[in-house]
Order: sequence, then structure tokens, then C-alpha cells
Amino acid sequence: MEEVIRLEGVKKYYEVRSGLIGSKILKALDGVTLSIRKKETVAVVGESGCGKSTLGRVSLRLLDVTDGRVFFKGQDISRMTEEELREKSFRKKMQIIFQDPYSSLNPFMRIGDIVSEPLEIHGYRREEIREAVYRALEDVKLVPPEEFVNRYPHELSGGQRQRVNIARALVLGPEYIVADEPVSMIDASSRAEILLLLKSIRDKREMGVLYITHDIATARYVSERIAVMYLGEIAETGLTTSVLKTPIHPYTILLLNSVPEPDPANRRRKRPVIKGEPPSPLNPPSGCKFHTRCPVAIERCRTEKPALIEYMPGHFVACHRATEIMRGDISVT
Amino acid sequence: MSEALVVEELKVYYRTEKGAVRAVDGVSFSLARGESLAIVGESGSGKSTLGLTLIRALPANASVVSGRVYINGEETLSLSLSDFRRRYSWRVISMVFQGAMNSLNPVLKVGDQIAEPLIYNGGVSREEARRRAMEMIELVGLPREFYYRYPHELSGGMRQRIVIAMSLVMNPRILILDEPTSALDVTIQAQILNLVKDLIERFSLSVIFITHDLALASDIADRIMVMYGGQIVELGSAERVLGEAPKHPYTEKLLASIPRLRGETIPEFIPGRPPDLTSPPPGCRFHPRCPYVFDRCRREEPPLFKVGEGHVARCWLHGE
Repeated sequence: MEEVIRLEGVKKYYEVRSGLIGSKILKALDGVTLSIRKKETVAVVGESGCGKSTLGRVSLRLLDVTDGRVFFKGQDISRMTEEELREKSFRKKMQIIFQDPYSSLNPFMRIGDIVSEPLEIHGYRREEIREAVYRALEDVKLVPPEEFVNRYPHELSGGQRQRVNIARALVLGPEYIVADEPVSMIDASSRAEILLLLKSIRDKREMGVLYITHDIATARYVSERIAVMYLGEIAETGLTTSVLKTPIHPYTILLLNSVPEPDPANRRRKRPVIKGEPPSPLNPPSGCKFHTRCPVAIERCRTEKPALIEYMPGHFVACHRATEIMRGDISVT
Repeated sequence: MSEALVVEELKVYYRTEKGAVRAVDGVSFSLARGESLAIVGESGSGKSTLGLTLIRALPANASVVSGRVYINGEETLSLSLSDFRRRYSWRVISMVFQGAMNSLNPVLKVGDQIAEPLIYNGGVSREEARRRAMEMIELVGLPREFYYRYPHELSGGMRQRIVIAMSLVMNPRILILDEPTSALDVTIQAQILNLVKDLIERFSLSVIFITHDLALASDIADRIMVMYGGQIVELGSAERVLGEAPKHPYTEKLLASIPRLRGETIPEFIPGRPPDLTSPPPGCRFHPRCPYVFDRCRREEPPLFKVGEGHVARCWLHGE
């Protein structure tokens, strides 16, 4: 299937002032390669500060890259000017859904106006606008649309508001969508609805989706592939089924262990956790960046950075001890 | 009497322009010494209001319409606020508020914030208060030197530990935790949960754990109380509510909505939205969203039926 987005060795560095004269480099993304095909969702999973949101924004060219390249349908967009991006209609074809369904909708605008705004900005005719808005509202199941266009955001539940956000992103007919934690602020009873909706719309409209989340359990239901990030790098990536069934990187294994499941047998039982917190990206550890929190780190991990190597078909891991973990010679938990 | 807390027929309403919001509408339960109870519900279910009522910290537009709260056998809603604060706040019952880790005073050292109630409520000298605050900091898994740090120097997980230390410094017997981990990464959440489990054991605390997440509840709680629209819809031991089939359709659907890491089930969702508590639907409050709804549910409000040992559910499916 056709590739929609491709990132090649993408780096995003920020210069951060420290003190009066000094400055430090913050490496938000440090050499990330990733691709997303049509009708495919790739989940990017990690703790706050791992660079997952930066990755989303760089892939949309909402941020410029420091190094590396970003391709949209085969064309390098990483150094295109804003005019070029517009001229080629790339801006329309790439959209984002934000996390917070409460603050991302203007409370004084009706739903119909919120969803039609992008079309007006791009100079569509009135009949086209009506047609596209109704279609988008139907796609997100805010039906009948004529009932919702005149409502205001405060009349809707959190889940419904997030569907308005999705409709707004859909209305220009994008081929690539970044969904940045789209359900983390929504009540548990509506989360599944939004996630399943995203999946069905993706298939219907044949889009590629980058799903950014800290919740690896939700990634399971919406994504075909998964990339686990740690401090600006991919620690493990592969088919979602493969990574969740046979996690290899100690970080992935412990991340999976941190997810609570509704089983009273776990009560009061302390679970193995990742000790400490992610180190500052301003001062990342040498060698493997995870070595300071890794229960199976050895001397080599402190000095030598592990490469991302394919251990199973399509399943890549950046860990010096991957073979031993796979063979069961050592245990992470 | 072995009950640390008994709540009887509690009703707490908010005054708003649209009329009274019946946030807590006839809630009764008890908490034994050393027991942990999870109160599970979505936004607007009344779970946080319930917590605030127990520690007498309701906002000005809320009032207790009726009901009684007994702590160690004494009715506390009828006490004057100053009496309650002097005798109960912090030293018998304390609460970790939702979002408290973001409400620490930014210009005070976190250690001084922990020591404060000891000095002003506990009549302890400054020296002694500092020593005890340092002990608490150590107890929640941070180095003693963190006493001298300011909130902005700490990560979210560390600030949450500080807030837990604050709630425990007067050595309370009952601790209420309101969504203590919802703003944290799962890795840090797991660390905080381990800490809470450890503290429950060491101090044989009675704990009320307020959360929207049934999976988290199962990690901590002996008993689970599910709230919907200001009422208890199911209450029972964790084994009964989660282990066997849940007895209330809302609990069942909430459980089915959790994304799992294992197994083949696909998460479900509950169509519709929680009730408007200024004018809740007639009959069962869950009936507009319930897949098993029948005629009676629309007309008559179900009572809590006994469905097993210490297990109740508010659903006509269990009626005669």
C-alpha cells in the first residue's frame, strides 16, 4: 500500500539558554525513521517528554526539522516554503486532532461554523462547504447533522466535542492525520467509541494516521504498527501484535507491566515498576539512554549506543541485551 | 465498633442558575478500620463531592441537604466547622485533593508546607515539625534534603509524593485520595500506587480511593462502590464486583470499556451521556443508556437490591 508519510533520520534540536552566557542543546528527536501507509495507523507510545508530540508536529511540518527529511506521498516537504506547501495543497492534506476537547473549540461559535471554518479559509463555495460539513458530521456520527450545526460546544459531552474536533480535521479531505492523545481527557465510557470511530473513518477515507499516546493498551485496538519512544529515540518498533505479545526492550516490557488491569487478584500486590523518572533531555545519559533505569543494564550499555536492529520480521529493537531477553536467558521483571 | 466511617442517607446539592444539582443523592455506606474502598464513577457522578463532604470542605454553593456522617462513632456534620477542623481535619481524616500536586505554594519550600499543620494545628515546635516533615518525606520515598526544594524543582510524580506526605503528617486514620494518579504517566502512576499500597499496610489506614478507572480501583480496593448520577449503583467486595459478573449494567459496561492488553475482547462504549442532575430522568437514572432497559425502569426508581454477601446493586433485574 502507498506510503503517505515517511520520516528519515529526523532530528529536532532546541537551543536552551542556561545561565547568562551558556546554552545547551535539547534533543527532542534524535534520529527517528518511521513511515505510515494509506489505511494504516502507527501508534507512538512513551512517557511525557519522550518526543512523541514533537514527532507529530514535525511530521506535519508544523515544526521545522534540524536534520533529516520528511516525505509526504514521496515528496520531501522538510525544506519547502509555506507558499509551496499551500500551493501543492499539502496543508489541506495533513491535519491534527488535539488532546483537549474542552479548550480547542471556540465556545462562542456554533458547531457548523467551527467545522466549516477551514473550508472558508481555503475559499470554498457555499454549497461545497455545506456538503463537506454535513459529510464530516455524518462520518463522526453527530447525526442528524442539521441538528448539530446550530448547537454550541457547551451543549455537548466531552466525547461529542472530540467528535467535532475530528469532523473539523476531516472537512478538508486529509490523507494524513495526527491524533495527539485524542481520548486521554474523555470519560472512560466514551473512549472506545472515539477510538473505533477513528479507525472506521480512516478506512473509509483511506487515510494514514499517527496515533500519539501514553496509554499502550489503547494503541492495541487502533494501530497496525507501534513505535515505543524514549528520550527522542525509538526503543522498539514493529507490528502492534508482535510488540505487545513479544516485547523485547526492557522499557517496553516494564511499560506494559505498569498498565493496571481490572483484576482483583492484583490487589495490594506491588508490581515491578520502572524506577525513577526519565532523565532530563538536556543532559541525557551516555550509551543507551535507558541504562539509568534499566534493571538489566551492563557496562556496555553505559558506553555504547545500541542500534535499532531487526530481531523478528519487521520488529526492531535498540538494546544490547535483546538476544538474551528473547532467549529467556535474563528476565527484566 | 469497628467502623471508622459511617455515611447515612447523605444528600449534597449545588445551587446553580438552572436549579439544584443533586450531586450526591441519598448515599449510605461504611468503611471499616484498615479497609480500602474505591469510589468509581465518571465526571459528574458525585464522587468528588462526596469526598469533600466527608472532610467538610464543600464549596460555598454546595450544601448538605440531609444525612449523617459518623467518624469513630461521632456524628461530624453537626459539629461547628471550627470544632471539626480542630478535632478531625488532618489528624483523623485527611484528603489528597484532585490536582493538589499543581496547587502547592510556589514560593514556599515543600518541607515547610508539610510542616505547617504540625505547627499551627498540632502545637509542635518548629524544630520538631521540621524533623517530622523530613521523616514524612523519607517515608514517601524521597531524600530528606527535598525538604528545602521548591515545587517547580520537582517533577509531577515527586510533587504527588509531597502531597501524600502532607496528608499523612498528622497521622490520620482515614485517608481520602481523589484521582491521585490521573495526571501522571503510567510508569509514575504505578510507582505512586505501590507507595499507597505500602502506606496502607504500614499504618493500617482506612482509605477511600476516588477514581474514574475501574482497573486502578481493583489494584487498591477491598471493596468497590460504583456511583452514577449521584447515587450508588453497585457496592461489594472487589472479587464480587469485578471477579464474577458485575450485577449492575453500568458496572458491566464500564468494565467492558477498558482497553485490555491481553485477550480478544474489543472495548465497548456506553452510548449517550451522564444524566443532567438538575432534572435526572425518572425511574432508574441509567435507563436511557441501559441495554437491558424495560418498562419498569422508566417509571420506578430501583432500590439497592441485595445480590450476594455484602453485595448490592440498584437494578430492577434483581427485583422480584
